[in-house]
Amino acid sequence: MKSELIKFLFFSTIILLIPFVIGDGYLLNVMVFVGIHTMLAVALNLLLGYAGQISLGHAGFFGMGAYLSAILTTTYGFNPWFVMPAAAVIVGTLAFIIGLPILKLKGHYLAMATLGLGIIFYITFNESVEMTGGPSGFSSIPNLKIGSFVFDSDLKNYYLIWLFTLIIVLLAVNLASSRIGRALRAVHDSEVAARVAGVNSRLLKVQIFAMSAVVSSIAGSLYAHTMTFISPASFGFNFSVELLTMVVIGGLASVYGSFLGAALLTLLPEFLRAAHDYDIIIYGALLVVMVMFMPGGLVRGIPDLYRKIILRKGAVDNA
Amino acid sequence: MSLGVFRRGIMLFDQILQYVLSGISTGAIYALIGIGFSIIYNATGIINFAQGEFVMLGGMFTLFFLETAKLPIWAAAPTAILASTVIGLLFERLAIRPLKHPTPINLVIITIGGSILIRGLSMLVWGKDTHSLPPFSGENPIHIYGATILPQHLWIICITAVIIVLNKFYFYHTISGKAMRACSYNRRAAGLVGIDVRRMVLFSFIISSGMGAVAGIIVAPLTMTAYDVGVMLGLKGFCAAILGGMSSGITTVVGGLILGVLESLGAGLISSGYKDAIAFIILLLILFVRPQGLFGKADSERV
Amino acid sequence: MNKILMSLLLITVMLAGCTKKSDGPIKIGALFAVTGPAAFLGEPERNTAQMVIDDINKSGGIKGRKLELIAYDTAGDATKAVQLATKLIKDDKVVAIIGPSTTGESMAVIPVVEKEKVPMISCSAGIKITDPVKKWVFKTAQNDTLAVGRIYEYLQKHKQSKVSILSVSDGFGASGREQLKSQAAAFGITILSDETYGPKDTDMTTQLTKVRGLNPDAIICWGTNPGPAVVAKNASQLGIKTPLYMSHGVSSKKFIELAGEAAEGIRLPSGKVIVAETLPASDPQKQSLISFVNEYKKKYKVEGDHFGGHAWDAVMLLKGAIEAGATSADAIRNQLEQTKQFHGIGGTFSYSDKDHAGLGQDAFVLVEVKKNNWALVQ
Repeated sequence: MKSELIKFLFFSTIILLIPFVIGDGYLLNVMVFVGIHTMLAVALNLLLGYAGQISLGHAGFFGMGAYLSAILTTTYGFNPWFVMPAAAVIVGTLAFIIGLPILKLKGHYLAMATLGLGIIFYITFNESVEMTGGPSGFSSIPNLKIGSFVFDSDLKNYYLIWLFTLIIVLLAVNLASSRIGRALRAVHDSEVAARVAGVNSRLLKVQIFAMSAVVSSIAGSLYAHTMTFISPASFGFNFSVELLTMVVIGGLASVYGSFLGAALLTLLPEFLRAAHDYDIIIYGALLVVMVMFMPGGLVRGIPDLYRKIILRKGAVDNA
Repeated sequence: MSLGVFRRGIMLFDQILQYVLSGISTGAIYALIGIGFSIIYNATGIINFAQGEFVMLGGMFTLFFLETAKLPIWAAAPTAILASTVIGLLFERLAIRPLKHPTPINLVIITIGGSILIRGLSMLVWGKDTHSLPPFSGENPIHIYGATILPQHLWIICITAVIIVLNKFYFYHTISGKAMRACSYNRRAAGLVGIDVRRMVLFSFIISSGMGAVAGIIVAPLTMTAYDVGVMLGLKGFCAAILGGMSSGITTVVGGLILGVLESLGAGLISSGYKDAIAFIILLLILFVRPQGLFGKADSERV
Repeated sequence: MNKILMSLLLITVMLAGCTKKSDGPIKIGALFAVTGPAAFLGEPERNTAQMVIDDINKSGGIKGRKLELIAYDTAGDATKAVQLATKLIKDDKVVAIIGPSTTGESMAVIPVVEKEKVPMISCSAGIKITDPVKKWVFKTAQNDTLAVGRIYEYLQKHKQSKVSILSVSDGFGASGREQLKSQAAAFGITILSDETYGPKDTDMTTQLTKVRGLNPDAIICWGTNPGPAVVAKNASQLGIKTPLYMSHGVSSKKFIELAGEAAEGIRLPSGKVIVAETLPASDPQKQSLISFVNEYKKKYKVEGDHFGGHAWDAVMLLKGAIEAGATSADAIRNQLEQTKQFHGIGGTFSYSDKDHAGLGQDAFVLVEVKKNNWALVQ
């Protein structure tokens, strides 16, 4: 536990110091989004990496949080700080109710069901034009503010968002090394064995599903107040796949791996900008290559590679 | 007064008939794609998320052979099917077979990645434009009572029927077909009696990609074709397969038809904007209530 | 003698230093949706912008300074548009931004340019972009209101008042649908039904069957290729004889190619570019139009279209502002606002502090498909 704390403090310090290193330019703006994506990736990783349940529809919860925040603060004028947790509770409850039947499914069936769920959310955002603005999007969402201090610049939003993200990372690391974390991994390996050992696997799966939905909703609310404009296009199947890729590339069942995946996938398009027509191919190729050659993600694959090539030792077996 | 009601009744009947007919022809396409899913699933346990892309490839390759290679349609279509099948083969060889840990998560991701790759390459090679293909036998509508269908719809239904029959024949009356069925029942046992399981996997991909391509070719004259038509079609095809209990026979066909007709009726009678949502709500309901499909038997899982 | 040589040398060096400074190119940023669902907008726009800027540079630039186009691909994604707008302003230090291509992206970028005080000339059609007027935001694409007005005007003239709407469920379709509904009363139009279809839908017989049952005077379909082509074909299949009207989203040869025979007789409002040849010689835009169409064709092998025209107008408007002496973001904005009577591709532009869209009713003409080609409707 102590080593986990040290790792976390080290990570947090670097994150907090980054704006001083990169200055207030475009890169800072990108890092704000890396923060949001990390939050989402960590949430999905809890479900996918630890509990082993596939979800291809998580963009839907992200979108729900965003739209609930947007509509309740802009159209109805409620206080954003009140709406954000309220939205999270609503989304979490919804996820719990849906989770009960959906998590009875396994493997491909679960994947398809969550895919369908995500698409249903997307279509709802798109078609309820009076409330959400439909495909044209929803604008003039207010920035978050505390008293007269408004979060309207990249620098301020960076710290705001990363504060939330770091809290989530801490909670996730805590959860992973706790009894619940072990129970999750037991469910992942063999649900029946876990049940035999006294784990209420069904309830646990639904709880994790609901929790990851809650975190996604908070990320959505923060996204809405940062961008001040949202549209359904950001919450569709493509983004769900992007999230999945972040988690897989970074490393399943590794919280810091989620950060790595999120950072890589958000920053990569910047480096590929010259070849913008090709980036969709590189994307798909990355997925395929990672799964084939580095199924543990970069967070395990790179150290393995280092050992194999540089130190010429055998691969370390990571449980 | 009663005449007005009578006339409106007839009009409603006409409309519903049109919805049903439109639904049947879209349903036939879903059925073809669904069978493709089922074949691979039954032989390998894999759901091939890239199935929809083979449908796209069928249409796009045909367009390519027609316009760039200037082949006549009766040569372009089979060549396109062949080309798609080759891609299917490459996909299995390069992405599926070398997989060291074929867990569902890895398979889902790799097939999604593969579909993105195929889509991206198609976009690069052929551009993002939509193209139309000439219909097989003209565009004169055929009237059935108050509703109309096009000759192409009939082609779709006939070719689907032919493929079902060929399928049945292959799986039940040829050695390799029976071997594939053996693999789907119990891979280990099949291997023990001397069946080359890996070759069966390859065959399943070849057949599925070929069927997907055929579906793409017969539907392209109606719906036009572009590099991204595969996504939705693949998803709907999967719905059909689930409805039919993942069989490669008549139940998936029925599943596809039911899906197509329900979707059409929903769009016509309830709301056109939510049409796709209807298909997925049906999918979710089936998965929740009867995951073995409308006609299948409940699956038991070995622990 | 040496002193003279020394001073000559010094003066030469100083002059060389001075010219070096004023040689720096004027950086113009651009955000286009070159890939993704709006690629049919972004690709011609980027091609056109590059073409025009290359031309300007080839003839020596503006007052000796060249223009540098820094164009980024947003893939039609509002989030990326915001990120890239920030990049253009903070990292690339552009003095103006052309684009984005879609209304959704434009709405997302507006807060950024307003905050950073950099002028933006959007190439998208949504009326909300410049209404209400925002200090730093201009547009070159015609408002949907004008397009809808053209159709309704024609319908009113021919005493047709019962209309069924069929629109695509994306930003373009939603905006058109909103305009169709809000302007109906002003032209005496009653809307019988309001259907939608998805951007990837391949069969609209269901919606059309519903519409056919209501017997409208006209069916208006608002979308971009390939949807309306499918609608046209479906309508022909169902034997619908009601006149079909489309939006300027399909004012291209591609639509006729996709819809085939079913396109005959369809009318829609369009920028003048697709009937450039047949315009009367007195039309003030004709010269710009023809030179644009031909030059684009020479360079990119397809005809210049309506969408590329938006970028053409944007670049030329900036050129006008820079020629009048503006080189900073602030000065360019002020100059733009004073533009009057600029005969471009989309129409004749006159901006003011209350009007940053700049176009009038003459921006659209009504055209009809006759014998597989576009013809002006009188």
